[in-house]
Amino acid sequence: MSEARTDKPIKKRKIKLNEELLAYKGVWVFIESERGHVHPVSWELMGQGRRLADQLEVELCGVVMGAPGPDLEAQCQAAFAYGAERCYRIASPVLAEYRNEPFTRALTDLVNAHKPEILLLGATTLGRDLAGSVATTLKTGLTADCTELAIDPEDRCLLSTRPTFGGSLLCTIVTLNYRPQMATVRHRVMPMPDPQPERTGLIVDFEAGLIETDIVTKVLEFIPDEQRDKPQLPYAEIIVAGGKGLGKAENFKHVWDLARVLGGEVGASRAAIHAGWISADRQVGQTGQTVRPVLYIAAGISGAIQHRVGMEGADCIIAINNDPGAPIFDFAHYAIVGDCKQVLPALGRTFAAYLAQQGR
Amino acid sequence: MHIVVCIKQVPDSAQIRVHPVTNTIMRQGVPAIINPYDLFAIEAALALKDQLGGKVTVLTMGPPQAEAALKKALSYGCDDAVLVTDKLFAGSDTLATSYVLASAIRTLDQENPVDLVLTGKQTIDGDTAQVGPGIARRLKLELLTYVSRIVRVDPAARSIRVERRAEGGVQVLETRLPALITMLEGSNEIRFGSAPDLFRAARAQVRRWDRNAAGIEDITKVGLKGSPTIVSRVFVPSSRARKALQIGFDPANPEVATQALLDKLLAEFPKVKKELDNKRAAAGERHE
Repeated sequence: MSEARTDKPIKKRKIKLNEELLAYKGVWVFIESERGHVHPVSWELMGQGRRLADQLEVELCGVVMGAPGPDLEAQCQAAFAYGAERCYRIASPVLAEYRNEPFTRALTDLVNAHKPEILLLGATTLGRDLAGSVATTLKTGLTADCTELAIDPEDRCLLSTRPTFGGSLLCTIVTLNYRPQMATVRHRVMPMPDPQPERTGLIVDFEAGLIETDIVTKVLEFIPDEQRDKPQLPYAEIIVAGGKGLGKAENFKHVWDLARVLGGEVGASRAAIHAGWISADRQVGQTGQTVRPVLYIAAGISGAIQHRVGMEGADCIIAINNDPGAPIFDFAHYAIVGDCKQVLPALGRTFAAYLAQQGR
Repeated sequence: MHIVVCIKQVPDSAQIRVHPVTNTIMRQGVPAIINPYDLFAIEAALALKDQLGGKVTVLTMGPPQAEAALKKALSYGCDDAVLVTDKLFAGSDTLATSYVLASAIRTLDQENPVDLVLTGKQTIDGDTAQVGPGIARRLKLELLTYVSRIVRVDPAARSIRVERRAEGGVQVLETRLPALITMLEGSNEIRFGSAPDLFRAARAQVRRWDRNAAGIEDITKVGLKGSPTIVSRVFVPSSRARKALQIGFDPANPEVATQALLDKLLAEFPKVKKELDNKRAAAGERHE
């Protein structure tokens, strides 16, 4: 990407789709499932897809792929509840477990047969693996890890916004004269829509003609993660997070103490992880996890964009920082300019006193 | 074994700053480094060479100064380095980049058949994770992304077994060579280059390929022209309409500020109040 002055369109784009590309219609969401369990990012995307499809006045479709069985049927019904009007279903024993080759072939063939203008996938390990392969096979544009999706009212193009320059700025990317326009979005970046179980839709079966002996890669084993000790940041309702502004590793204990008082999780900025103050699985931000808590308390975090995109979905943000010019104060709800070593313990005492009161 | 490692020279993003007035990226003085994720690919390639013998070629597309990244890779023990550089490549997105690198790997394959292509799971500047899968599709290589461990490679049987990070667990996969692997972070630790390798790297010639040497067949597939996506706008996100409410903090009387904050919070954010009240009720039950 070139050096660019910000806040100005870089170039006037000319998009004039030829007849073949004009045939691409509708918004698709790839519904990701592993061993029958749908990844929640798929429903978050369905919520976004609904909004885009309404604006374009086109259909919203889900794509479900997997081994034949009742799971796929249930996934289609769930997709309807989350807003889809139609589901393409590809059932094959070859698709029982995720592998790049059969999934790429099946999805590519489906796109070529039914021609969507927009195709959205979750930015998971599976979604990124698949999206990169499908986009290259189709020779079309793909924008990874979008934090915002919109439609340009003038030319009906998908405007995909994502962090750039290592998360220090945002950029909006468009796909020129190629279709479909593809984008991935990370889990928890978009809100989860409310399902409406009474909604129904049309299931369209697609025969992908996959044969196991054609597929070179074999899954020998799947070793599930042990969930016990892993922090559950994406679903925490209260998070206290620390950054480089804490000064030194020992001061992180104030973050842990406040999180304990509040019964919340502990998060951290990239800088704090790189300093080795806390383990990498607690990183919040573009290269860490995306969170949507009710309350996010940021202590000593400057608020670079790569951090912001991971936590601005919080309902309420309290920022504590020594530096009154820290960018985090531009998007926090409450600001305390002060020393975290003093502010965090005081907050702990105040919250503890409130939580100890008898409920009325 | 001939292993090609694709790397990228990136600005050390931890040191990028945005100019507070003009909102432009200030790149002066920001050091250029090998994309940290690619170091795991280099180390994995060198470990395989230690074990099985053969040759490691390191490959990058970039401006002439990207040669520094290749020299660094040679100092770790890579045998050969190729810089694919041409003015026509400027503005390439991930699709165009994968076309250039795939062409160069095909050319390398003609010199000396390639068994394995390794790269990092993504770069720290683009963060797309798209170029690896793109190269694999173009060269029809078996694709293994987010690999946490190369379990074993059997050059005679042309097979490779890896552990791959998947959602909710680890897949153990077996496939055929030639394959393309993107390596996960933390899968190994890059070695210190030996003294002979350091001296060799200092004197070594990095091969420079333009579009012809790299074997680019179709120049409409590279650079801006070959890129389906364009950046239409770069910007700093807007501040909230309402500025953050400043709570004055006096270190001599710290709880005055925190109590004022709690009162505001309870009054203005009913969802936060509800969450705290739930915690309080749960704590009360435990005490009873």
